[in-house]
Amino acid sequence: MNPRHHILSVLVENKAGVLTRVAALFSRRGFNIVSLAVSPTEDERFSRMTIVVDAEESPLEQVVKQLNKLIPVIKIGEIAHDQGVERELMLITVKATAEARSQVTELTAIFEARIVDVGYEAMTIMVSGEPDKIDAFSDLVRPFGIVEQQRTGRIAMPKLARQPVKLRAVRTARA
Amino acid sequence: MKLTGAQALIKSLEMEQVEVMFGLPGGAILPVYDPLIDSSIRHILVRHEQGAGHMASGYAHATGRPGVAMVTSGPAATNIVTPLCDAYMDSVPMVVVTGQVAYSVIGTDAFQECDTVGITMPITKHNWLVTDANDIPRIVREAFHVATTGRPGPVLVDVPKDIANQAMDWYWPERVDLPGYKPTTKGHPKQIKDAARLIGESRRPVIYAGGGILKARAAEALKTFAELTGAPVVTTLMARGAFPDSHELCLGMPGMHGNYTAITAMQKADLLIALGSRFDDRVTGKVDAFAPDAKIIHVDIDPAEQGKVRRPDVPIVGDCRLVIEELIKATKSEHTKHGKPDISEWFATVKQWQRDYPLHYEQEEGGTLKPQFVLEQLRDLCPTDTILASGVGQHQMWASQYWKFDHPYTWINSGGLGTMGYSVPAAIGAKVGRPDRMVWAVDGDGCFQMTAQELVTATAERIPVKIAILNNAYLGMVRQWQELFYEERYSEVYLSPDLPDYVKWAEAMGCVGMRVEDADDVAPTIEKANEIDDRPVVIDFRTDYREKVYPMVAAGTSNDEVILDPAMDKKAGR
Repeated sequence: MNPRHHILSVLVENKAGVLTRVAALFSRRGFNIVSLAVSPTEDERFSRMTIVVDAEESPLEQVVKQLNKLIPVIKIGEIAHDQGVERELMLITVKATAEARSQVTELTAIFEARIVDVGYEAMTIMVSGEPDKIDAFSDLVRPFGIVEQQRTGRIAMPKLARQPVKLRAVRTARA
Repeated sequence: MKLTGAQALIKSLEMEQVEVMFGLPGGAILPVYDPLIDSSIRHILVRHEQGAGHMASGYAHATGRPGVAMVTSGPAATNIVTPLCDAYMDSVPMVVVTGQVAYSVIGTDAFQECDTVGITMPITKHNWLVTDANDIPRIVREAFHVATTGRPGPVLVDVPKDIANQAMDWYWPERVDLPGYKPTTKGHPKQIKDAARLIGESRRPVIYAGGGILKARAAEALKTFAELTGAPVVTTLMARGAFPDSHELCLGMPGMHGNYTAITAMQKADLLIALGSRFDDRVTGKVDAFAPDAKIIHVDIDPAEQGKVRRPDVPIVGDCRLVIEELIKATKSEHTKHGKPDISEWFATVKQWQRDYPLHYEQEEGGTLKPQFVLEQLRDLCPTDTILASGVGQHQMWASQYWKFDHPYTWINSGGLGTMGYSVPAAIGAKVGRPDRMVWAVDGDGCFQMTAQELVTATAERIPVKIAILNNAYLGMVRQWQELFYEERYSEVYLSPDLPDYVKWAEAMGCVGMRVEDADDVAPTIEKANEIDDRPVVIDFRTDYREKVYPMVAAGTSNDEVILDPAMDKKAGR
C-alpha cells in the first residue's frame, strides 16, 4: 500500500451535483483522486463517498478542511490502513482458449474468485477482496491476455471494537 | 395561498428584508421581474450586469447587509461571474439570482443557456439550481443564511423560467436545516487560554488585523483588546478602518505597498496575533522569510485558513468578535496573575521607525500634479466618515496609504481578486446603502474606462457619488512593474490623457465633469464637488505618470527588503 494514499470516508447529502462539487474541489486545489466509490447509505438522504487520495499529510489536512466547507458534505473521516476493512471488486475478462481454460480456472479457485461469464475463447471473472489481492490476480492472469478489466474503487469501513464498550470507556477516562 | 415561483421568489426576498436590489432583466428572468413591480423592494437598473454585482458588493461592504443582484441567464450570468469571484475572494455576503432557460430544455443548448451553476461553483460559497417552485422559499432562506453566517460569501440561485411560472403553495420555513453547515463561532476555551499565555510572554507583539474584523463587527472589541495589551496594530488592505488610523497604536497597512513600520514591525515581532486575516501573499512576501521570530495566534472563523499558509502556534476557530471578547477576559486574568508585560521598549522602537520612515512624496510648486497630493487634499476636505471606494492599481495603494481611516466600513475596495473597474459601481452601491454619507470613488483612468457606464445608472437613479480619476494616462501599476522589473520596456500600457475626454464623457452621462491640472486648483474643485448633491460628479485629475508607489516589497522577495522612495534614500544618505 502506497503510504501517500489516504482513504477518506465522506458522508454527503444525496443530491444532484454533489459529486461534481467534491470532484471539482479536488482538481481546483491540485489533488489527485486515486479512486472514488459512491453509493447511497442505509439512510437514503445521504450518500457515502470513499475517496482514495494521493497526498502528503499536511496538504491532506487542507483538502479535508476545504471539503468540509462544502455545504452538502456532512462528515469526513480518514480511515487509517490498519484501522479499516477495505474491499474492492473487479470484473476481468481474460483470454481463455480451450488449452488455457483450466489454468485460469485454477487461479480463479485459488483466489476464491468466481467465473461469471464464459465465452468461446474468453472468460469473465469476478474477484473481490483487498486491493492487493486484486492486483495480484490481475498480474497472474496477464500472461493469458487481459481483454478488459474494471474495478469499483475501494470502499472501506472502520474496524469494530474488539472489547466490550464499557472497558474501552474506562481506558479513555484514564487517558 | 397559491403563488407562482416568481411571486414566491420576490416574496421570499421581502421576507429576508431585502430593501434594494441591483439588476437588469432579460428573457429567462422575465417572469420574476413582473411581480417586482408590486414589491416594496427598490430595484436599481444597471447598464451592465457586472455593475449589478459590484454594486451589491459595495452595498454589503457599507451596510453589513447582504447585497442582492438579479440578472438573466447566459451572457448576463457570465457577466456577473467577475463580481461573484471578487466577493468570494473578499468574503462579501451577496445573493445573486440568475434566470435560466426552462428546466425542460436544460442541456439542449437553448437560446441564452449556460451552465451557470457549473461555472459559478468554485466562486460561490454555495449555489442552487431550482428544480421545483415549491423549493423556492426554502432555498432563498438557505441562501441568505449561508451568505451571511460563518465566513460570509456570495451565493447564487439559478431559476429556470418554467419553474418561475410554476404554481406553488406559499410557506415560509421557520428555520434552516443544513446538516452539513454548522460554522463554529465560539473559540475553544483552552485555545483562548493558551493565546492569553502567549500574549503574556510576548515582548514584541503585533496585532495583524484583517477583513474578518469588519465582517464580524469587531472593531470596538479590537480597540479594547489593543489598548489592553498595548500591542501595535497593522490593518491590512481589507481591514483599513477596522482600527482608527489616528490611534497611537495604529501602524497602518502592511504588505507589498505597506509602510515601512507596519512591514518591519511584523518582521521583527515575537508574536503575531492574526485576527480575521489570512496571510495573503501580498502581506507575507516570501513566506519562508515572513516574521521569522514570531509565534502565531490565528483567529479565523474558517478552519481551512488555519495552517493554510503558516502553521499557527495557537489556532482559534471562531467569530472574531466573540473570540476577541474572550481574549480580553483571558488577558485580564493573565495580567492579574502575572502582571502586565512591559513592552514599552518595543513600542518606542516602532515609534522611532514611524519617525524615520514616513511615507514620502514631493509636490513641487508649479510642478506636475502628484496623485498623493490630490488624495491628501481630498482627505482633508471631506468629512472623516466619508466612504471611499477604489479600483485596483496605483491609485488604490495611494488611497489606502494616504487616507486617514478613522471609522469602520469607510473603505471599499477589491482586495483579493484585484478587479479593475470595481470602484464606480461599488461606490454607487455604497451610496445606495448609506445615502447619509458622502461617497467618493478614487479611480484610475484604466479602471474608470471599464465600468464608467454605471454613472448613467447613478444619474438616472439620483445616486450622487463623486469620482476622482487619477488620470496618468497609463495602466500605472503595470507601467511601474515594467519600469522596475522589465528594463523600462513599456509594453501596451499607454492609454492617453484625453482619449476619451473624461469631462465630456461625464457630462454625457448626466454628471458634472471637471478637470484639474494644477495643484492650486485641487482644493477649490473638490470643494465645488462636495457641494453638489443632486447628481454624480467626475473630476479628471491629470497626474504625474512617473510617480510610483513606494514603499514596495518586490514580488517573491522577503519583507526585510523594503524598497523606499529613492528620494528618501538620498535624504538618509544611503
